[in-house]
Amino acid sequence: MRADLSRFEVVRPRALDEVLVRLGEGGWSVLAGGTDLMVTLGALALPPGRYVDVWRVDALRGITVTDDAITMGALTTYADVQRHPLLQVEFPMLVEAARRSGAAAIQNRGTLGGNIANASPAADSPPALLAYGAVLELHSRAGTRRLAYADFHTGYKQTLRRGDELIARVILPRRAAAAAPVAGGVRDGVVDAYRKIGTRKAQAIAKVGLAVRLELQGGVVADAAIGAASVAPVPLFARTTAAALRGRPLADAIEAAVAAFGDEVTPIDDVRSSARYRRQVAVNVLRDVLAAVSAGRTPVDSL
Amino acid sequence: MQDGFVGRSVPRREGHDKVTGATAYVDDLSLPGMWHGVTVRSPVARARLLGVELGEGVPWHEFAIVGPDDLPGPNVVKLIDTDQPLLAADEIRHCDEPVLLLAHPDRAMAERGRAAVRLRLEPLPAVTSLDDALRGDVVVWGRDNVFREYRTAKGDVDAALADPDVVVVEGVYETGAQEQMYIEPQGMIAQFDAERGVTVRGSLQCPYYVHAALVALFQLPPQQVRVIQTATGGGFGGKEEYPSVIAAHAAVLARKAGHPVKLIYDRVEDVRATTKRHPSRTHHRTAVRRDGTLVAMDIDFIIDGGAYLTLSPVVLSRGAIHSAGPYRCEHVRIRARAIATSHPPHGAFRGFGAPQSVFALERHLDVIAARLGLDPAALRRKNLLQPGEQTAVGQVVREPIALDRVLDRALALSHWHERRAAHEAFNRSTDGPLRRGIGVATFMHGAGFTGAGEVHLASVAQVQAERDGTLTVLAASTEIGQGTNTVFAQIVADAAGLPLSRVRVGQPDTAVVPDSGPTVASRTTMVVGTLLRRATASLRQTLRDAGLLPAGTGPVDPEVFTQAVARYLADHEQLRGEARYEPPPGIAWDEKAFRGDAYASYAWAAYVADVTVDLRTAEVRVDDFVAVQEVGRVVNPVLAAGQIEGGVAQAIGWALFEQVVYRDGRVANPQMTNYIIPTAVDTPPIRVEFMPPFLGDDAPSKGIGELPMDGPAPAILAAVQHATGAVPTAIPMLPEQLAQVLQEAQS
Ligand SMILES: Cc1cc2nc3c(=O)[nH]c(=O)nc-3n(C[C@H](O)[C@H](O)[C@H](O)COP(=O)(O)OP(=O)(O)OC[C@H]3O[C@@H](n4cnc5c(N)ncnc54)[C@H](O)[C@@H]3O)c2cc1C
Repeated sequence: MRADLSRFEVVRPRALDEVLVRLGEGGWSVLAGGTDLMVTLGALALPPGRYVDVWRVDALRGITVTDDAITMGALTTYADVQRHPLLQVEFPMLVEAARRSGAAAIQNRGTLGGNIANASPAADSPPALLAYGAVLELHSRAGTRRLAYADFHTGYKQTLRRGDELIARVILPRRAAAAAPVAGGVRDGVVDAYRKIGTRKAQAIAKVGLAVRLELQGGVVADAAIGAASVAPVPLFARTTAAALRGRPLADAIEAAVAAFGDEVTPIDDVRSSARYRRQVAVNVLRDVLAAVSAGRTPVDSL
Repeated sequence: MQDGFVGRSVPRREGHDKVTGATAYVDDLSLPGMWHGVTVRSPVARARLLGVELGEGVPWHEFAIVGPDDLPGPNVVKLIDTDQPLLAADEIRHCDEPVLLLAHPDRAMAERGRAAVRLRLEPLPAVTSLDDALRGDVVVWGRDNVFREYRTAKGDVDAALADPDVVVVEGVYETGAQEQMYIEPQGMIAQFDAERGVTVRGSLQCPYYVHAALVALFQLPPQQVRVIQTATGGGFGGKEEYPSVIAAHAAVLARKAGHPVKLIYDRVEDVRATTKRHPSRTHHRTAVRRDGTLVAMDIDFIIDGGAYLTLSPVVLSRGAIHSAGPYRCEHVRIRARAIATSHPPHGAFRGFGAPQSVFALERHLDVIAARLGLDPAALRRKNLLQPGEQTAVGQVVREPIALDRVLDRALALSHWHERRAAHEAFNRSTDGPLRRGIGVATFMHGAGFTGAGEVHLASVAQVQAERDGTLTVLAASTEIGQGTNTVFAQIVADAAGLPLSRVRVGQPDTAVVPDSGPTVASRTTMVVGTLLRRATASLRQTLRDAGLLPAGTGPVDPEVFTQAVARYLADHEQLRGEARYEPPPGIAWDEKAFRGDAYASYAWAAYVADVTVDLRTAEVRVDDFVAVQEVGRVVNPVLAAGQIEGGVAQAIGWALFEQVVYRDGRVANPQMTNYIIPTAVDTPPIRVEFMPPFLGDDAPSKGIGELPMDGPAPAILAAVQHATGAVPTAIPMLPEQLAQVLQEAQS
């Protein structure tokens, strides 16, 4: 450990209120599972200062189910997500994102709140949360507010969260469960498809991530929502692409949607991949997913 | 010797402690009064160093500070040449080159000091690619950026290439740098005492390399320099030459501080500053008859040595010797060059030049096979060396090899013919995104030092009998995860006729063990193991000569042995057996002509890779891998298979995942999150098989550590070619690169 730990102050309250008081004072940052923060600490890139460790705040844990929604505490881990029977049925893309995040140790420690607040465009759960229309609940001394997650990310590592606010919960509005593929193509019902193209099969950062939710009525796209990772400065809610699908017969809309997606993504070159590859693969994978749904095939998962 | 330990998979000796976390590595150790060292490095690839400024706000009087003027001896890293300084003095020649050393009692303060040092630099033009180096507009070494050139030839290559009855096939093949990524980054603890001299403990492969470097730097008698290997978390060649630099830095800091100094690299510093596999480019021009018979090979092999000469000439020489493979060919010309660039020096890495040149040749053979419409396995079979024939550098194969049997076994295990046909049928009929392919590589790997290297080393190993009747192995060969401790104990136990529990393998400590040579070149079991067998036999002979032990070489009653030793030690100070390296008879290498017996023995292999390619993402998955080899007698089958499996996995990384991104000469992805090595789920089932030794059951053991690095990359790319019809010629072949190759093949 090369970092100078004497220059870090960490408190570990149990009460949510104490967390909010500290955040209200200013100068404090949140430490949850630490799986993002520890990497920056190790690289000497974490600013020395004051941290509130929220790991022991029980009010931020737990998954509750009502008729209308599933509400997950910000400390919900990837392991918690994968174990939850109703999430498995109704929100399979989130479960798949959790399953494909890091490996066992990270899945036991990494949290949804951290994944969202860290605001990496490459993060794996945001595409699913975007496609599912998630709502965030932010708490502060000043009160509680709810935000559509689709509005949360405003620029590279920029969000609507104020410094005195804590992400307390992530709310998923319940809708119809996804249908299984039907021979001859899904004509009615909801279809989910999640894809992660990573640098390898585990412990991988996404080069392209994609979460597609389609609602079909008589072969026509009644609604579409698409989230994507690593193709824009923010987790991308692909509104234009979804609009190109909405209200049209799926089979006829595929090429227009794929073209719209190619325009909507703005990937970059970095050490992990190239803009050219990311754009090409994002487009290929979206086309593949839509074509499979249209043809009633289970899309062949990528390698 | 059927009842002995050799040939049995006895458990790895240090395995339990490693798995349970009990093993103490160098960073777990602490000495009283120990300080912490850090290295200030260059942020640029090339510059004139105008000055060093110590910034504000740091209590510099509490620090030990060492610059080039504070060294006790020459400012040189002692290797083949003396061009590399321990600390850059006027000119900086690569990124992350050491410039200044600091030590402080508090690690965090040492780090603050490092951040506060400012280097005044005047930028100079750097050379950051092979093409720039060869063009020579900017010269960074000698007159022409060439560290070393070897040429060798047999037959008449030009005439053979001009023969109207041959097809001439040309190709250029490239390989990238590769990071060893041992699990334990490098580190040392040094002590200095005006009377007792220098003691260094640390993570290293070659205690006597470090010893020689410190003797030269401190100009002390050899007895006053002591090097102790601590438990080492992997090396793969990366801890062959660079530990001498860290040991020297820690030792000069300890001398200046008057305290022991610990100098540990973290992952980022380790990846940026220490050596990696040499990138390479090979140009092949081959004359081949329509039936696939190889007639002539014209080979131009280039490696990027980085900013200093370091070990590049020997890497080059091994690469050159392996560049024509295990094939019969009458006319061969090889030109090999190690080139200087402004990259951090490239260095030893498992395979040492051979994987690069083997990749090029094997890839080229697939291009030839495709051109002639031949099955790639059939093309290889037609040209495999036979006993009594000569390698490209004129070494006559004296071993009764049967390489076609090795190839056939690999083809049978992989169901080559069936799968080839099945994949072709699948690829023709599918309208989905997946394509399948299968590819093969046949190759050899010479074990031990190249040419006269082993003779020059003149390694010595000893076995010492203790009063309690146990034997202690005294050798400088290090356990670096490959099984040295276990294999040595097996060999010595059998030679002594004692149970395994009676043999101890001591910690390599230059105050105690003789120089049995470096732990490199796949030589430990083969060369040092043989010395230990002879040393043990000699110790037994001593007891027999003294009339204390009955004649014979079989098992001995441990109690009888203990009594014999006790009686011997009643009259003598110690009881040791010793053996010194002797070259096999009739071996000769002519370094000047670059011809002759390049290696005392070769391991022979045929590897088959079966892959699926996803056309949507250009991802490649290796579905199955078959590794068949003849390596003489296998001492410990589980450990040996582990060497092969690990090597195959590391080579899959080299082929498909691992890309060292240099930006302006600096490694831009020095973390495990962005330098991607394969995980267990990225690795296929690896089916390892050892052929019965060509020389029979009592055959000597050959080196195997590096062999498995040679074959996988070309076999995998061959399979991708089979799957897609595209012809990839460079690795690493990440999906980004393959996507481009596929696109070019389409248009
Ligand atoms: C080996 C490894 C593999 C990984 N693999 C993946 C992967 O495959 N996919 C992926 O998406 N990520 C991956 N990550 C990143 C990381 O695990 C996730 O982003 C994780 O969800 C972060 O959660 P955490 O609780 O550990 O966050 P922390 O590190 O504790 O915090 C991250 C950031 O969020 C802030 N924060 C945390 N909780 C809150 C809150 N409730 N309110 C406000 N701010 C908050 C913190 O202040 C900090 O800025 C990996 C990390 C590692 C080390």
